[in-house]
Amino acid sequence: MTIGLYAPGASALHRLPAGVKLGALVAASLALFAIPSTIVALAAVPVAFAVYLSTGLGLNRLILELRGPALLLCFVFVFHALAGSVEEGIAAVARFAALILLASAVTLTTPVSEMAALVERLLGPLEPLGVNPAKVGLAIALAIRFVPMIAEEYRQIREAQAARGLDRNLLALVVPLIIRTLKAADDLADAIEARGIET
Amino acid sequence: MIVLDGVSHAFDGRPVLADLSLTLAERRIGVVGANGSGKSTFARLLNGLVVPSAGSVLVDGIDTRRDAKAARRKVGFVFQNPDHQIVMPIVAEDLAFGLKPRGFGKAEIAARVDAALSRYDLAHLRDRPVHQLSGGEKQLIALSAVLVLEPALLVMDEPTTLLDLRNRNRLAEAVAALPEPVVMVTHDLDFIAGFDRVLMIEDGRLAADGLPAEVLPFYRERMR
Repeated sequence: MTIGLYAPGASALHRLPAGVKLGALVAASLALFAIPSTIVALAAVPVAFAVYLSTGLGLNRLILELRGPALLLCFVFVFHALAGSVEEGIAAVARFAALILLASAVTLTTPVSEMAALVERLLGPLEPLGVNPAKVGLAIALAIRFVPMIAEEYRQIREAQAARGLDRNLLALVVPLIIRTLKAADDLADAIEARGIET
Repeated sequence: MIVLDGVSHAFDGRPVLADLSLTLAERRIGVVGANGSGKSTFARLLNGLVVPSAGSVLVDGIDTRRDAKAARRKVGFVFQNPDHQIVMPIVAEDLAFGLKPRGFGKAEIAARVDAALSRYDLAHLRDRPVHQLSGGEKQLIALSAVLVLEPALLVMDEPTTLLDLRNRNRLAEAVAALPEPVVMVTHDLDFIAGFDRVLMIEDGRLAADGLPAEVLPFYRERMR
């Protein structure tokens, strides 16, 4: 499971500061949705593809990254085609595809710690209002850390239930998963405190 | 050195540890006891993760009740499940995690992280996502993430429970080579057979305290 986690590398995109990459991603998102042109949307896809390939992470990784969003893109196309026209559907899919490629390029080349540090800096001005930027940054890092951990817990619970001959049952999966996740969160809070950081 | 004086602890009114008075000064101390005997609570008392309901715990003179944060800086803690200890998604980020609040610069942090990883030949894992590591690699990363903070002593709570024999032996070698004093809670009696001292906890009380050659046979007998 890759879920857009940082992948080490030495590309130009890897070396760019997180703030520049995130700023460019926001600007590209705004431009793509502000310019109502199908040609621009279609042209954005190969550009985004080139940006992705510049990370040096290869097509196999790209296929893994796009497996999940492919379903979303199908849904976007069908929705726009039915509500508007096929051309609108193609334009919407092109915009989303370009954005997914660019967002993947950013997350795959930016360590979570840099992303969290950026969030901390951006939230700095809100500190007088009671916002704790360090805690928000830590929360983001923990959320990303928890995704593969929860997936592994899910797999273990599912296997344990299958081994006892139980059919797939949403409630029987979700309840132990929540309990295990809360226990893991409790342990992780202890581990953070043990390293001298207040939670 | 850690000094426990008349330490008792209760969770929600249920006593877990009762009247422990000990001085922990040996280089290697093992802690054994049945499940639910209070071993893990004992370990957590040593670095201020748990504050005693009565009595005091002094870590190099620091009272964990008065300044738990300072005590935790002195005592590194390795948990049973490294998955629940490793905080950041990438190995190097996790080792850097505890260093940042100590005010080190970027270059200093990178140098300390590299040095800590080199200690157990883990440099090749530097940029790897944590969830892709084996159980043994995760436990050594968890240990490195504690050692990079340069604790004065180390407390380990059943660190071999989830490891296979090869990784258990790898961890045993790593622990044997540590210059820092170690207090280890464990069910792995062979691991602590060469330690300087073993404590046996039973129903929250100190049931035996002495050399492994004295305490371990007694413990084995009690577990029959």
